[in-house]
Amino acid sequence: MATRYIAVQEDDFDLAAQYQQVRTLGGSDAGAIASFVGLVRDHNKHAGDGGQVSSLTLEHYPGMTESSIDAIIAEAESRWPLLVTQVIHRVGTLQPEDQIVLVLVASGHRDAAFAAAQFIMDYLKTRAVFWKKEASTRGNQWIESTEQDQERSDKWGAQPR
Amino acid sequence: MRSSAVRVGNGAGKMSLQVKFFASLREEVGMADLTIEATSMAALRGQLNESLSQDCVTTLFADGVQIAINQKLVTEDWRRDDFEMPPDAEVAFLPRVTGG
Repeated sequence: MATRYIAVQEDDFDLAAQYQQVRTLGGSDAGAIASFVGLVRDHNKHAGDGGQVSSLTLEHYPGMTESSIDAIIAEAESRWPLLVTQVIHRVGTLQPEDQIVLVLVASGHRDAAFAAAQFIMDYLKTRAVFWKKEASTRGNQWIESTEQDQERSDKWGAQPR
Repeated sequence: MRSSAVRVGNGAGKMSLQVKFFASLREEVGMADLTIEATSMAALRGQLNESLSQDCVTTLFADGVQIAINQKLVTEDWRRDDFEMPPDAEVAFLPRVTGG
């Protein structure tokens, strides 16, 4: 039975501590743990022209956001044999270079762990219930997921592989 | 960020919808939630028209906006007048998500 851990929080997270948790939960069946940490960038990918981002504020819908992440993990579990999956997503106001998201996936083999971690990130970018507002040298602006994000999510296809 | 709920409409014992607005829509509306007595989308829209500006209501029903009822995304056409609201539901107006 696969284990899921989902947290949406303002607090920062500690990769090493979370990794140890996943490692313990995965036990002797785990042959691989893939980890991904997303950071806040300081340049504005939407407005272009080198607009400097001073902060990023994330809003979520408590309850529904966690459900949307749970659905993404469930989809990943239907595609790959996963032992443990952890997603921690921060909300509130973050600064450039801050950690924003953590994905940890334990599986029997590395292929599944790598693929599932990437799949979860690609889906988080388009399907998770978050809204981001950038404060930059060009003012405050709600941002939308990019076409590139959409393409990366679409490439996995609708059907389990 | 949260504003207190404002009760719109009258009559005790009617079915109240807890209507929530997120992100850009919350800013547009100027509050995070409203309590509205309505059993259909036509009634909800009517009540929103009474308490919000016309531009505001237009924005809420614009393309790209989705609603969630009791935290489940509605995939059918919710803009039609006869779309039924479940009793005492939580109805959220959601702008296009940015993702994680």
